[in-house]
Amino acid sequence: MKLGGIKLHHHKNTEDCHSTALPLPAKVRIPMSMHIGAPCSPIVKKGDLVTVGQKIGDTEAFMSAPIHSSVSGKVTNVCDYRMSSGKLCKMVEIETDGEQAICPDIVPPAIANKDDFIKAVRESGLTGMGGASFPAHVKLSAKQPIDTLCINAAECEPYITSDYRLMVESPDEIIDGILNVLKYLSIPKCIIGIEKNKPKAIEILTEKAKSYPEIKVMTLPCTYPQGAEKVLIYNALGRIVFEGQLPADVGVTVMNVSSVAFVSRYIKTGMPMITRMVTVDGDEVIGKKCNVIVPIGTPVVDVLKYAECDIENAERLLYGGPMMGISIREINDPVLKANNAILAFKRFPQKKASPKPSACIHCGRCISACPFHLMPPDICRAYGRKDIQELQKLKTALCMNCGCCTYVCPAKRPVAETNQLAKALVMSAIKK
Amino acid sequence: MNILTVKPSPHIRSELTTQKIMLAVIIALIPAIIAGTIVFGPRALFMVVFCALVSMMTEVVCRALMKKEGTVSDGSAMLTGVLLALNLPVTLPLWQAAIGCIFAIAVVKQLFGGLGCNFANPAITGRIFLLLSVGSDMTAWVKPFYYKELHLWGLFETSGATAIDGITGATPLATGDAGLMELFLGNVGGSIGETSALALLIGGLFLIITKLISPVTPISYLGSLAALTFIKVLVTGGDMIEVPYALLSGGVILGAFFMATDYVTSPITSKGKLIFGIGCGILTFVIREFASMPEGCSFSILIMNLLTPYIDKFTQTKPIGAKKINAKEEA
Repeated sequence: MKLGGIKLHHHKNTEDCHSTALPLPAKVRIPMSMHIGAPCSPIVKKGDLVTVGQKIGDTEAFMSAPIHSSVSGKVTNVCDYRMSSGKLCKMVEIETDGEQAICPDIVPPAIANKDDFIKAVRESGLTGMGGASFPAHVKLSAKQPIDTLCINAAECEPYITSDYRLMVESPDEIIDGILNVLKYLSIPKCIIGIEKNKPKAIEILTEKAKSYPEIKVMTLPCTYPQGAEKVLIYNALGRIVFEGQLPADVGVTVMNVSSVAFVSRYIKTGMPMITRMVTVDGDEVIGKKCNVIVPIGTPVVDVLKYAECDIENAERLLYGGPMMGISIREINDPVLKANNAILAFKRFPQKKASPKPSACIHCGRCISACPFHLMPPDICRAYGRKDIQELQKLKTALCMNCGCCTYVCPAKRPVAETNQLAKALVMSAIKK
Repeated sequence: MNILTVKPSPHIRSELTTQKIMLAVIIALIPAIIAGTIVFGPRALFMVVFCALVSMMTEVVCRALMKKEGTVSDGSAMLTGVLLALNLPVTLPLWQAAIGCIFAIAVVKQLFGGLGCNFANPAITGRIFLLLSVGSDMTAWVKPFYYKELHLWGLFETSGATAIDGITGATPLATGDAGLMELFLGNVGGSIGETSALALLIGGLFLIITKLISPVTPISYLGSLAALTFIKVLVTGGDMIEVPYALLSGGVILGAFFMATDYVTSPITSKGKLIFGIGCGILTFVIREFASMPEGCSFSILIMNLLTPYIDKFTQTKPIGAKKINAKEEA
C-alpha cells in the first residue's frame, strides 16, 4: 500500500526548456536567513567590496548554514528584511559591478573523512533545495545508523521542472554526488525516487546507475504529495516516520536531487551555493516559460522580466508550486536558496481567486485526501473550542500543510490553514 | 506598483463545489422521476417540481428571518424537495406535500443551523412527519397507470386518493402480490420515486462511478438486509424469492442509494459507513418483521442518523505515524 494523496494536473509546461543563465542583475538582495534554524549575522558592512562566492553571513549556531555573495560588487546596504514567515532578519544588498570576479578563497575542499565532508557541506552553504531548506550538514551528521540514502526526485508539485531539467541535463553530477555521500557517510545503498510522469529522467538515471549496484532508481506513482519526506520514505521503503521522529530515526537520509548534484559540483570546484535553477511559469502573463539559473538574491522582478512577464497584470506571484508555495508580497523580494520555481498568475476575478467558504457538508473528502489519514473536520471542531487535549489525540502535529484537504474541499473551506492554526496552538501549549 | 494578492497555500482548488454535488444527485434522480412519471402520470412530475419549489422558498424565507446569508443557491434545499416528493404517493394533496417540505427545511434543517448542521436527513424526517400526521393519505397507494382513467390524467386532482373510487390498491409490501420483474421495472403501486428499482440503480451507479457517494453504504445496507432475509427463509422454510423481494419492494433502494448516503447525516469514514449501512439493514428487517408497519426503511435511516455522531466518534481514523499512547518506548 502506498500512501495516497490527490491527483493533480501536472502543468509541466517547461519540461523541454533547457536551462539558461539569467543576465546579471543590477542588484542582489541576500537575506541572512534562507534556512530552518538560526539566522546568520552579516560579516560585511556598507561600502565593502565583495566577490563571487565570498562569505557574507555566518553564525556559530549548529542549525544554520553560511551565506555567500552571488555577485561581485559593492555592499550598498545592510538592512532589516521581513521574511514570508513574518519574522525580521538582516539583509545584505549588493550592487553588481559586472566583473563577476571570483573570490580568491574558492578552492576545492580537501576531504579525507566524514568530518571533513560534513564540514565542507556546511561551508558550501547548502540547504535542502526542495523547499523546506533544512541545513544539509545537520541532516548528514545524524548520529543514528543510516542504511539508505533516499534521493527525492519526485517533484510532485505542478509546474515545477527544475529538478527534472537537472536530471536530464546533468545526470553525472547526480550520480557523482550520491557516490560521494555514500562514500563519506558509509551508507550502503541509495534509492532515487522519481514520479512516473518523468520517463526520460527515469531512463537516463537508470542507465547511469547501471554500473553502481548500490544505486537503485524507483518509479513512484504520480500522486501529490509524493515528494513529502515522510510519504517518500513510506512509499520507497515501507518505513513509517513516527511523530516526533526524523528520517534518521528509521535509518534514512533524504536529500533533494538538486542538493546532491550541488554536493558533487562543490567538491569539484569549491564554489558555494550562490545560484540555483528556477522554473518560471504560470498562466498567460508569462510570455516565455523557462528554466533559468538565477544568482541567489536576484529580485523576483528581474527573473519575471527575463521571462517576458506582463508584470502589470500579474496579480499573484508564488515562490514554489501552487500547492505549498508561498505568496510573494513584493516584486523586489529576492530569490532564495529553496526557490525551485517562481509562478505568476494574472488578475483573477475576485470570486475565483478566493472562493467563499460555505458550511462543511461532512463529505469526508479531506480525510481521504490526507496522506496521513488525519481528520480535518474533527480538528476544526476541536480547534474551535481550543481543546488542546483533543487536538493532540487527533495527532494535529502530523499535519505537514500539503494542502490536499483544502484542494479537494467542495465547500471551499480553508482546511489546511485551520490545521496549521490548530498545530500552532498545540505546539505553543507543549512549549509551556 | 503592483498590488499582489497574498494568501496561505494551497493556491489552487478543485473544480468540485457543494452546488455541483447537489445538482449531480438531482441529475441521478432523473431516471426515477421519469419512471415515476410514466407509471403515475404527469402529476408525479408536477409533485416533484412543486416540492422542490416549496422547499427552496422555505429555505429563502428561513434564512431571511434568521438574518443569515442566503444558501438556496447551494442546491441542497432543491434536493430535499425532490427527494421528499419521490417519497410521497402521487395522490397526496398538495397542501400536505407543502407542509412536509416546510417541516423538512424549516424544522429539521434550518432550526438546527442549516446545511451541515442538521442531525437527521430532512427528506426522511419530512416523510415520517407526514406518515404520522396524515397516515391514510400517505399510504393510499394507487395502481400503476391509474391516471389513464382520469380526466386530464388527474393532473388537477387534489382531493386525495381515498376519494378516487376504485383505483386504489395496496402496496405490494402489504399484500405481497407482485412479480419480481414488475417490482424491478416499477410496474407496481407505491410512492413516486420508489417504484422502479432499475431507474434508481441507474442513478445510484452514476453517483458511485462519479465517486460522489461511497458504495460502502448501499452495499452494506442491501447486503445485510438480504442476509437477514436469507437467514429468516432458512429458519422458517419459506421461499427464496423473499430475498430479492425484500430488496426490491418498498423504498429500500431509494433509501440505500440516496438517503442513507447523505453526507451530513451519515458517518464520515468508510468504517463508519459500513456500520451505518449494516445498522440500517438490521433495523429495516426488524421493523418489517416485528413492528406493526409494513415499511421500515425511513425509520431505520432516521435512527441511524441519530447514532451517527457516536459512530463517528468510535471510527476515527488512525493517522499514519501516530504513536500509540501506551507504546513501550514511552515508559
